Amino acid sequence: MTRYKSPAMRKYVIRLAVLMTIYLITLFAAVTAFRGNMVSGPAAYALAVLPALPIIGVFWAVMRLLVEEPDEFVRMLLVRQTLVATGFCLTVMTIWEFLQNFDLVPQGSNGFGAAFFWFIGLGVGALYNRITVGSSGGDCA
Amino acid sequence: MNNRLKVLRAERDWSQSDLAERLAVSRQSVNAIETGKYDPSLPLAFRISELFELPIEAIFSSPTKG
Repeated sequence: MTRYKSPAMRKYVIRLAVLMTIYLITLFAAVTAFRGNMVSGPAAYALAVLPALPIIGVFWAVMRLLVEEPDEFVRMLLVRQTLVATGFCLTVMTIWEFLQNFDLVPQGSNGFGAAFFWFIGLGVGALYNRITVGSSGGDCA
Repeated sequence: MNNRLKVLRAERDWSQSDLAERLAVSRQSVNAIETGKYDPSLPLAFRISELFELPIEAIFSSPTKG
């Protein structure tokens, strides 16, 4: 049995690889610059935001996959997967926020933001599809 | 929604992959439709109907009429 890979899915994998490479480069640059106290003022803000841009790009790539995927069943699986991911992320972040509001957990996120939990949610969504429909769709995780 | 896709496919000695290729969909889609886990859209139902040269109601049973 061969795994289904439409041209849209292949395009998504390439976009993901490019964006993740850019993410690693920008993150390395930002961490190096901030650890070495090499930036300040407006440049510091720009550099701090830089690694967020490829992450936002991944959101765009996932949404483009939902638009470009020609197979309606696989598209339905992907939509379910992203909805589960969104629900999972909002649930975790809401609970975490309330725990912080009552000082039961430390402030801050130690770098594990909404995007991290959304990506974890994509994995949960794929598992949900596998259990309920017997198929996880594509490689959107 | 029940359907006769598996029977019609077997009559022609087609595998799920053969049918998927003829319909330009994934094998997963054919499997999900055959097992009743997914109801195809109207355009896909028409494609299936045209491929087997049968009316839609000869392939899919109405969920309300049984």
